[in-house]
Amino acid sequence: MATIVAAPPYSSTATESANTGLMSWLTTVDHKRIGVLYLITALVFFVIGGLEAFLIRAQLAVPNGTVLSADMYNQLFTMHGTTMVFLAIMPLSAAFFNFLIPLQIGARDVAFPRLNAFSYWIYLLGGIFITVPIFFAVAPDGGWFGYAPLSTKQFSPQINMDFWVLGLQILGISSLAAAFNFITTIINMRAPGMHLMRMPIFTWMSFVVQFLVALAFPVITIALVFLQFDRFFGTNFYAIGAGADPLLWQHLFWVFGHPEVYILILPAFGLVSEVLPTFSKKPLFGYPVMVYSGILIGFLGFGVWAHHMFAVGMGPIADAVFSLTTMLIAIPTGVKIFNWMATMWDGDLRFNTSMKFGVALVGMFTIGGISGVMHSSPPADLQQTDTYFIVAHFHYVLFGGSMFGLFAGLYYYFPKISGRFMSESLGNWHFWLTFLGMNLTFFPMHFSGLLGMPRRTYQYDAGQGLELFNLLSTIGTLVLMLGTLFGLINLWKSWKSGERASSNPWGAPTIEWAIPSPPPEHNFDTLPQITSRYPLWDLKGAVVTHPTTVADEAGRVQKTAKQLGIPMPNPSILPLVTAVGVIVMFSGMLFTGSNMKLAVAIMIGGAVWWIAGLYNWLLTPLEDAH
Amino acid sequence: MTATTMPAAHDESHGHGHHYTTLGLDNRKIAIWTFIGSECMLFASLISTYLVYKGRSVKGPFPHEAWTDPSGKVFPAILDIPVTSASTFVLLMSSFAMVLALAAVQNKELPKTTFGERILGSSKLWLWVTCLMGTAFLGFQAYEFTAFIREGLTIRTNLFGSSFFTLTGFHGAHVAVGVCWLFSLLAIDYKRGLGPSDALNVDIAALYWHFVDVVWIVIFTLVYLIK
Repeated sequence: MATIVAAPPYSSTATESANTGLMSWLTTVDHKRIGVLYLITALVFFVIGGLEAFLIRAQLAVPNGTVLSADMYNQLFTMHGTTMVFLAIMPLSAAFFNFLIPLQIGARDVAFPRLNAFSYWIYLLGGIFITVPIFFAVAPDGGWFGYAPLSTKQFSPQINMDFWVLGLQILGISSLAAAFNFITTIINMRAPGMHLMRMPIFTWMSFVVQFLVALAFPVITIALVFLQFDRFFGTNFYAIGAGADPLLWQHLFWVFGHPEVYILILPAFGLVSEVLPTFSKKPLFGYPVMVYSGILIGFLGFGVWAHHMFAVGMGPIADAVFSLTTMLIAIPTGVKIFNWMATMWDGDLRFNTSMKFGVALVGMFTIGGISGVMHSSPPADLQQTDTYFIVAHFHYVLFGGSMFGLFAGLYYYFPKISGRFMSESLGNWHFWLTFLGMNLTFFPMHFSGLLGMPRRTYQYDAGQGLELFNLLSTIGTLVLMLGTLFGLINLWKSWKSGERASSNPWGAPTIEWAIPSPPPEHNFDTLPQITSRYPLWDLKGAVVTHPTTVADEAGRVQKTAKQLGIPMPNPSILPLVTAVGVIVMFSGMLFTGSNMKLAVAIMIGGAVWWIAGLYNWLLTPLEDAH
Repeated sequence: MTATTMPAAHDESHGHGHHYTTLGLDNRKIAIWTFIGSECMLFASLISTYLVYKGRSVKGPFPHEAWTDPSGKVFPAILDIPVTSASTFVLLMSSFAMVLALAAVQNKELPKTTFGERILGSSKLWLWVTCLMGTAFLGFQAYEFTAFIREGLTIRTNLFGSSFFTLTGFHGAHVAVGVCWLFSLLAIDYKRGLGPSDALNVDIAALYWHFVDVVWIVIFTLVYLIK
């Protein structure tokens, strides 16, 4: 009988020593290491985005604050949004896509390992490209949504928005390449028996997200190309005087922007759907419905974009249609909330840090979701739009939802990633300070918003009843920063000296827990034969034969892929080389306004560089001949 | 560890397909279809913008009707449908040549006795034909663009100019990428010969080529034929 037994009774320390050093990281094509790179980079950007938010809150702590100039304030709120969406939450999700998807479907790597490395390098370099200007006070200043015509040369003549227009196109390349890679991986690299309806729910939600990326990112790419052409070549796409539609940008942006919301939240939903069953010792309630509602959210996500635009006056029919679709999308989302509650109901609950973040997501996301349904009604939205009420809403879904889910996933999967537990005592501080800080920061914004305090405005006058709410929000940010500090210290200390974890420390049901922690380079000595949705729960007898930490410490050694005769991709520097060429080419664009010859020279140089890199890459076999 | 628990699919190792895949298809085939799906949204955005801006230009030249500027100078309708019909025909025929090129690569090892079989079985010939037809299409486009600029329509002139040049320029860039791709395959064919084990590489290039072709049919219909 084919079993789930995938791990041999050996430890996994042998391969590690050969794979250390800077060069091994620059050339890695191992999905697990790339996942770790994503994780660390995204956390760095998360801290940068958090500090930007802190400066915003410092400015708003008291009426008519003088910490920042209006110009600097614009740069900070633009970069806070851009950083958190594109450089922190999406890549944190990508860290889990990379690390988990091949493990969860029983594959040895992603479909295109070098393309995967390329995605990471483009993300890192693009992130630096778009972040560095803030240190020279020339950062993008037109909002993370970059509304044209405000962002055109006429109204934003400086170089600031050029960084944004080019930076987002660069980051789009990374996301799109990753989407093609993961869609192919999930469709085509599932282990025998891993039918679609047996796939772990995190992989399912990731699958939906990759389709959203593949279909939504081209739209913003085109919107950005139009804006870039308008800014650099004097085209008329957003030139109102030439007859352009002032809503063209808004439509294109939100056709991308609303699916983007689900790109940010569905991975967190997936992670929580792994965490809650394990720590409730119950299968996920209504697995098929969870899958279908995820797919439905993906579909409907493309049909609700104009609810971001009720204030522009689209007319009663458009308003009514988008209002209804928005209410409709709340149904599959609500289904998920109820299914999580039903999963926990009567379960054998274990409230460790991971579970706390998971349960907090269910509560906090519900608050954000309900305020979201409130703005699906155009008359209500007209009162709320552009006020702090909206800021409160989307921080409840993005922080209370996405970030809490990602933190839950981090505490849950850290033992698999590193072979060590994260500290529960530090985790306790991390959770409670984050939970308190998040609510203290964002709950008062509901009130300041309903009192009419506008977003994106760097000062407010005293005597409008806004002082207390703003002060509370600012204090909340301090608590949040303290909580994040605990989280980072926990991560650092646990990585170095956390308690050793066995292959399946939580008693979890899915196959990534059947292999050693951390997994060997090739993940599975033999591809597992999947016989059910929760194989490690259903095949209890097989699970106990897996290696434990004790066996590792007894000195037995995991065989390498080579010893087992498993062909693995060779490390390659070419993805990094190619990515550098792409960035050089885009950087050339920045000079089009000041020095056309220099700009063209840099662009051609970058293009020749990356094309040479690409040909080299395509003509170099992935693996040694065998 | 033994491989006794593996299903038969895992032991099939031919050419590039030596890794187990769920569908038995090569990963590249699925990736190209995913890529094409994404590209559909790219062109959908470009085409929608063109259509939304149709007739909104505050000044000419216009695509389908003449325009008199304030000084009394007359600009005729700018689209040259007969010439573009010819370039469209060339591009469509290149897809036909592409199909023959792929078939020739797939059937490289079949014996060829008659003259016709040798012609049909020459992957170099059909790759050359496809490449040259693609290049010819690009030549038509270069001619069209310079003619329009000479007649007073640039990418900066009006909404029509901006959206027309961007849309057709994006398509042209895709054709150019395809031509480079096919020339690269041709270079490999000269260097070591393309055979059945390369068929998948030719196949995905062909899928891309046909896609670019289909997009042109949509553009030709919506931009040129419909007034």
